[in-house]
Amino acid sequence: MADYTPSEMMIVAAARALAGVRTVFVGVGLPNIACNLAQRTVAPDLELVYESGVYGARPARLPLSIGDPALITGALSVCSMADLFGLYLQGGRIDVAFLGGAQIDRYGNLNTTVIGDYAHPKVRLPGSGGACEIAIHARQVFIIMRLSRRSFVERLDFLTSPGHLGGSGERERLGMPGRGPQVVVTDKCVFRFDPGTGEMVLVSLHPGVRLEDVRAEMGWDPRVSPDLTETEPPTPEELRLLREELDPLGVYRS
Amino acid sequence: MKLTTMRDAIATYVHDGDTVAIEGFTACICFAAAHEIIRQGRRDLVLCRMTPDLIYDQMVAAGCARKLVFSYLGNPGVGPLHAIRRAVEKGIPAPLELEEYSHFGMVARYIAGAYRLPFFPLRSYVGSDLPKVNPRIRFVESPYGDGPIAVVPPLNPDVAIIHAQRADVNGNTQLWGLLGAQKEVAFAARHVIVVVEEIVDEEVIRSDPNRTLIPGLIVDAVVHEPYGAHPSYVQGYYDRDNEFYLRWDEISRDEAATRAWLEEWVYGVRDRAEYVEKMGRETWERLKPTQAWSLPVNYG
Repeated sequence: MADYTPSEMMIVAAARALAGVRTVFVGVGLPNIACNLAQRTVAPDLELVYESGVYGARPARLPLSIGDPALITGALSVCSMADLFGLYLQGGRIDVAFLGGAQIDRYGNLNTTVIGDYAHPKVRLPGSGGACEIAIHARQVFIIMRLSRRSFVERLDFLTSPGHLGGSGERERLGMPGRGPQVVVTDKCVFRFDPGTGEMVLVSLHPGVRLEDVRAEMGWDPRVSPDLTETEPPTPEELRLLREELDPLGVYRS
Repeated sequence: MKLTTMRDAIATYVHDGDTVAIEGFTACICFAAAHEIIRQGRRDLVLCRMTPDLIYDQMVAAGCARKLVFSYLGNPGVGPLHAIRRAVEKGIPAPLELEEYSHFGMVARYIAGAYRLPFFPLRSYVGSDLPKVNPRIRFVESPYGDGPIAVVPPLNPDVAIIHAQRADVNGNTQLWGLLGAQKEVAFAARHVIVVVEEIVDEEVIRSDPNRTLIPGLIVDAVVHEPYGAHPSYVQGYYDRDNEFYLRWDEISRDEAATRAWLEEWVYGVRDRAEYVEKMGRETWERLKPTQAWSLPVNYG
């Protein structure tokens, strides 16, 4: 039995994907903790950018929300949201953005708006926030989501934030500056995207997870890389940082 | 001299059917104004905010609103806004119309409003379904031959309510920490109410003019309301009451519990001062922020 939880594996895998990155647009929840872990491990020069208007945050404690007062204290810059979206994001200064959603399809398109019909939704979700433009502008988009049949769907109920849309090349045709989704980190496995088709490809299984466990949680039959590997388990140091410094209350680790 | 009470400011500048923006991104959200609007029984408001947050969840639960203009409908870091969801999904207490954008789209609407422009262009919405459900998000051809670009129309609220750290009695207002879209929405609005933690002398404002976000020129009323943004926060004055944001998730799940909360904490108190007293010393002790002073600069 592993001495770490699937969520811890997911956070660690997401943090490692940030190796060498300079600027990251941080979302709420799991991305938040993954970025804070990366800053303490593989990406010491990482500048955390929050849509609330914070650039270069050094939070002393894990922020509950993207507008937490701990993000302001000691930050390099705090600006208006007009400046954050206009100058930093649309100005092309963001290397990586973390996004998630209620639904994702094989091309990494995301739904955070509604389940069911828009006018008469079964579930009304939060909506875009900044995700729609973040998905368009960040040089790369990393997605962090728990794997489940409800979330990994053949067809989105609503397309809030564009991934590779209908396939490779469509973003370029529409003039989108960013390269779109590059990696999807889940609690069971990691996907990347085929440059030829823009489609999600399974590249690694977390220790103890079998291919059929992944297939069982997906709304389509995923493409599998011929070089499918096992994800490196969390190191003792990564687990110590997570458990003792970043999330001592275990809010995100369970 | 524009100093007045919250009661008079709301009675004078907020009317049934008005388009109202109480902005503030996570920080400086003026719950004190929202509660006074609820107490005065305003109806059919069009409520604009990037993140409706608990403040509009409470106003919708109290039956003040007919429509929301927004970009992110959630209790940040916690979950959904249950009262708004009840209104949208089941029409309780009344149906609620939604007009939704992305954050940048909302900011762009405020900028267009503030600059008195017919629209504002932004590189967003390409490939998204949002323009299909909101016909006010449109694409125009760039007159310089760069292809199509998304545009949004101006948003000019009847009244904007801004919470900030300090102002003088004429409404010259200084704000630090998260700035949200406070400046843009204030300049876009027909009337502006400023609500502050402290009233200071004009000399204090003049000693640090770069920190003045909103000039008294565009302000109609100034209200002195300490702790007026609770349970949100004011940098340097009090922390965000995260415990309350979590507790609201429980309260707001249940319609009766939501009504009981409004009964006790909004209708049941005369004004913000009574709310602050009722919250008790322990709350304000718990939310006391750490000290982190900036170094002074030489404006000479």
